Amino acid sequence: MTRPLLLQVGHLARRSVLRTLRQPLNVVPSFVFPLILLAVNVGGLDTAARIPGFPTDSYLDFALAFTFMQGALFATTNAGTDLARDIQTGFLNRLSLTPMRSAALLLGQLAGVVVLALIQATLYLTVGLLAGVRPESGVVGVFLIVFLGVLIALAFGAIGAFLALRTGSGEAIQALFPLFFVFLFMSSMNLPRNLIEIEWFRTVATINPVSYLIEGIRSLIITGWDAQALALGFGLAVGIGAVAVAAASVALRGRLARS
Amino acid sequence: MQDEHGIQAEGLAREFKGGIRAVDGIDLQVAPGEIYGFLGPNGAGKSTTVHMLTTLLPPTAGTARVAGFDVVREGAQVRAAIGAALQEAALDPLLTGREHLRLQTALHGMGKAERKRRGEALLERVGLTQAADRKVQTYSGGMKRRLDLALALVHEPSILFLDEPTTGLDPQSRNALWTEVARLARDEGVTVFLTTQYLEEADVLADRVGIIDHGRLVAEGTPAALKAEIGRPSVEAIPADPSERDAVARTLERFGRPVPGSPKGVAVRLDGGEEALADVVRALDAEGLHLAHLQLHAPTLDDVFLAKTGRSLEGAGDELDTEAEPEPVPA
Amino acid sequence: MRSFVFVALAVAWRGVHNAFTNPAILLPSLLFPLFFFTAFAGGLSRVSDVPGFDYPAGYTAFQFVFVFLQSAAFGGVFTGFAIARDFESGFARRLLLAAPRRTGIVAGYALVALVRWAATASVVTVVALLAGMDVLGDPAELAALVVLGLLVNVAAVLWAAGVAMRFRTLQAGPLMQVPVFLTLFLAPVYVPLALLDGWIHAIATVNPATFLLEAGRGLVAGEPVEVAAAFAVAFAAVALFTVWALRGLKSAESAG
Repeated sequence: MTRPLLLQVGHLARRSVLRTLRQPLNVVPSFVFPLILLAVNVGGLDTAARIPGFPTDSYLDFALAFTFMQGALFATTNAGTDLARDIQTGFLNRLSLTPMRSAALLLGQLAGVVVLALIQATLYLTVGLLAGVRPESGVVGVFLIVFLGVLIALAFGAIGAFLALRTGSGEAIQALFPLFFVFLFMSSMNLPRNLIEIEWFRTVATINPVSYLIEGIRSLIITGWDAQALALGFGLAVGIGAVAVAAASVALRGRLARS
Repeated sequence: MQDEHGIQAEGLAREFKGGIRAVDGIDLQVAPGEIYGFLGPNGAGKSTTVHMLTTLLPPTAGTARVAGFDVVREGAQVRAAIGAALQEAALDPLLTGREHLRLQTALHGMGKAERKRRGEALLERVGLTQAADRKVQTYSGGMKRRLDLALALVHEPSILFLDEPTTGLDPQSRNALWTEVARLARDEGVTVFLTTQYLEEADVLADRVGIIDHGRLVAEGTPAALKAEIGRPSVEAIPADPSERDAVARTLERFGRPVPGSPKGVAVRLDGGEEALADVVRALDAEGLHLAHLQLHAPTLDDVFLAKTGRSLEGAGDELDTEAEPEPVPA
Repeated sequence: MRSFVFVALAVAWRGVHNAFTNPAILLPSLLFPLFFFTAFAGGLSRVSDVPGFDYPAGYTAFQFVFVFLQSAAFGGVFTGFAIARDFESGFARRLLLAAPRRTGIVAGYALVALVRWAATASVVTVVALLAGMDVLGDPAELAALVVLGLLVNVAAVLWAAGVAMRFRTLQAGPLMQVPVFLTLFLAPVYVPLALLDGWIHAIATVNPATFLLEAGRGLVAGEPVEVAAAFAVAFAAVALFTVWALRGLKSAESAG
């Protein structure tokens, strides 16, 4: 990256973080909701760890991975609605009249996502550790969990950016939220795939990439170093991210039809 | 930052999906240092024209050069030469005024010291120094417009585009903005391309006015010349005794065609121009008619609009809006 | 009384019309319960293999009752969103000006919630039956479950209406939703109360929603338990939130 581009990215990232932090109504839920859901599910499903064949004897250890996924979902909607609002208010037009590189806009927005995801992931993990989770992969694993969590949020943030640039409507992004939520639930979020009894559900969970993202993080907590789970988790996060960033770039080029 | 080229457009057109021609072949010449007022109702194609001239929207036909550069092939050079305040509130409500300036100066590639100097100077100039650290969502409409203007001036552009800069502003804020725009043109030689749906704004501010309706330029000239083209003033008389209204009307109609006036009075466009006023007074006197009120109305740009389009400007925009951009969302 | 009924019916007609002609309003309240039903009954059925899980009608019926009552509660909350939207658009102010009996407005919105939930509950029930749910209860027991659902629905819409009329903005949405969500999920959602441990067991034991769920599950299984307690809770909630909503109406009136 050239220096001017880096500077532009820096300034736009700063703005992205600032505006997010200045909307506590949008930020606080992304910190709190995943933890509430974790508490509720761990409370209600604690006994599930007693199902024969369950991979760990603590449901908390099992469920913690899902918080990162939920945080990523918030990254999608936050990045998406912010960008959509820029389009709707004409702010994007203002930016595009400057010598700003179009890549800077996207990277700036995503850099903002990364900063917030880092805070989120650290919070979720800290709460987990305080509640007694001891990742099998040790100290290095802890950093890797945060890293993968941020990577997933980045990929999902790029999806949000793509949707915003494509639709130009914050309402459309909000309306898609439930759909994403369903996508998240139809995975190995609540039970390992081999313990999902209903066959079509197990099939959906098996083809749903979300399962492997969760299992990547989960393996670091309950298994230790599982090369296959990690390769799938990181590979899919990078893959989804790359496709989403590429799609968003194309959409941005269409949006900035400037000559 | 004197500009030597101004704006030229030839056959500029933009067709949207469904075959709607928002702008339908416009020829324009704006001289350097001139304030050009682009007057028309909502949906006439004003914003679409501005978007094409500012490189935000590629034309579907025709050519345009801004500051000597082609808007299609030399977009980056055009953008470097122009400043634009587009639409209402194209600001981030969650950032402060100072943060907006910092972002804008940074994107224009200014160094840290220059960013600060330029930012402070502009805040001072638009009178926002006091409010610089408040979030934009707490600003009034006038303050937002002034910040908008400051942001457009960050890189000292030689040509300034203002898309309906005073829509929704109170008279005081409107006057303040007019003063600043006039000063920019007069003292700094900035070329200004201004769209408006307010006759008064075009009249007060613009050196020349182009009237646009249904995507076509229907008239162009200085406000004075356009009004002179319509020419003749109208006279309005209100009889002292309401029962004499018909008699007054009959007398006045000898001097010209009736035009709309106040309910109690009678108005006609004077065929003989201003000089005919004395004859009107004598004729009314001869008929023994007494008046409560007599007034000569000079022609306005609305008269020009009416003459050129057959409609009054007020309410002319109630038709289908074919502008390119969606209405800005209130912050 | 006549004007009360007229106002209520007018508000109800408009709300129902809006909901059923605008898929963006109806679909979420229809799809959410289905989604929960699928995720829970489909994804978690092995939970019934946990030692001590002894619900006779099976896990599908176990989760059906939760989703049935949850859709009643959320149907009410979604109608609360509509009220808040009406205040944002100024339409509610028009209603306040036009209605001779303003309490009829609240009743009208409650009717909207009931009609909307009737649609949701029917769909959820059909889907559950298609999914092979066992129903062991007799018609009277099932009717009791429906009545319980109606009461939950009314209580929830009155709660949400009270919030909506106090804040008069859609931004109060989370305030309507989160307490309902927490009350429902801090109850025995996935396993019977007896299988819960620790803090959640302590909360669930005193959570009124627990009575509703346990009674509902008992009715479907044909082994009624805690039915009297559940109806007492439901009626108390309706009474309490009626007061809450009417006070909210006062607050909206005094705000002009």
